[in-house]
Amino acid sequence: MALKGAIVVDREKCKGCGVCLVNCPTNTIALAKEVNSKGYNFAFMASPESCTGCTNCATVCPDTCITVYRVKV
Amino acid sequence: MDVNDIIKPENMVYSKTPVLTSTTMHYCPGCSHGTVHKLIAEVIDEMGIQEKTIGVSPVGCAVFAYNYVDIDWQQAAHGRAPAVATATKRLHPEKYVFTYQGDGDLASIGTAEIMHACNRGENIVVIFINNAIYGMTGGQMAPTTLLGMKTATTPYGRTKELHGSPLRITELLAQLEGTCYVTRQSVHNAASARKTKRAIRKAFENSALGKGTSFVEVVSTCNSGWKLSPVKANEWMVENMFPKYPVGDIKDL
Ligand SMILES: Cc1ncc(C[n+]2csc(CCOP(=O)(O)OP(=O)(O)O)c2C)c(N)n1
Ligand code: SF4
Ligand code: SF4
Ligand code: SF4
Ligand SMILES: [Mg+2]
Repeated sequence: MALKGAIVVDREKCKGCGVCLVNCPTNTIALAKEVNSKGYNFAFMASPESCTGCTNCATVCPDTCITVYRVKV
Repeated sequence: MDVNDIIKPENMVYSKTPVLTSTTMHYCPGCSHGTVHKLIAEVIDEMGIQEKTIGVSPVGCAVFAYNYVDIDWQQAAHGRAPAVATATKRLHPEKYVFTYQGDGDLASIGTAEIMHACNRGENIVVIFINNAIYGMTGGQMAPTTLLGMKTATTPYGRTKELHGSPLRITELLAQLEGTCYVTRQSVHNAASARKTKRAIRKAFENSALGKGTSFVEVVSTCNSGWKLSPVKANEWMVENMFPKYPVGDIKDL
């Protein structure tokens, strides 16, 4: 049984701090080249296939921008 | 498996607690204050005490904490949060009362208030954000600033001769008979944030049991004041702050 996860980032709330990225054990997240209306390069799920839904990124996000989903497959 | 098959309400395993308002925080990107606010809100949510909790916000970057955690709040003059919390708790013994204070607030101008509240063993929780600097006012030296650390008021670095040594106030407070739980934690990675959350929960539970003052220091970053990126600030903290401010429980009665 494996765990498959996915995250949804609130792009407008994200400040592009990068703390989620370095806390993701599967290198799922990257900062976008585009910016949000505040000028921040927001985080996004760059490699959706690798996310396990571990919630590490959401736990460390200072602005609580990340929602995590997980299924058993 | 397609992400759209995963992103469904029944598969949600983490989302923002409703105790945290949806107001965007004014903190700099990556600031530890936001992470700690979130953990406090999650504990309040999980304990079901939103209607029974009163926070006292400090003077410092966290002065506006009341905009982010949806509970009752008071805002104290600089350093005086433990005195305000003392009165609040004594008048409302059935409530959970906590202060949220920075190192400038708690360990400098508010030294008398925190010492005596802890010595009296007030049944309050103290959350102490030690980022080794006065963040709000532009990065001046705090009592907790490390030796050699450059700040706006120590442009050549803090020296023992001129400024004294970094103040480990948490160890001092642990020696007072009124404190029942004194711990030092951090929020730089997921494991440490989860530990900090457990410490905050224990602190709130202690105050309901009338055990005395529970004190949770969170070794934190002020990346703007430190002039580092958020990720580099966390690394710098682990390397430089942890040797002086080691994480772990100092007292647990
Ligand atoms: C009586 C008084 N003295 C000085 C100040 C100026 N002041 C505002 S915040 C602050 C220090 C804040 O540092 P800290 O408590 O470490 O909080 P941080 O911003 O780092 O979280 C000072 C000295 C004030 N507002 N009131
Ligand atoms: S930790 Fe939060 S605010 Fe920072 S980049 Fe990630 S999603 Fe954005
Ligand atoms: S849930 Fe875990 S694996 Fe998925 S993006 Fe977040 S940290 Fe990475
Ligand atoms: S100045 Fe420092 S403590 Fe204040 S919000 Fe910015 S990073 Fe946080
Ligand atoms: Mg400070």
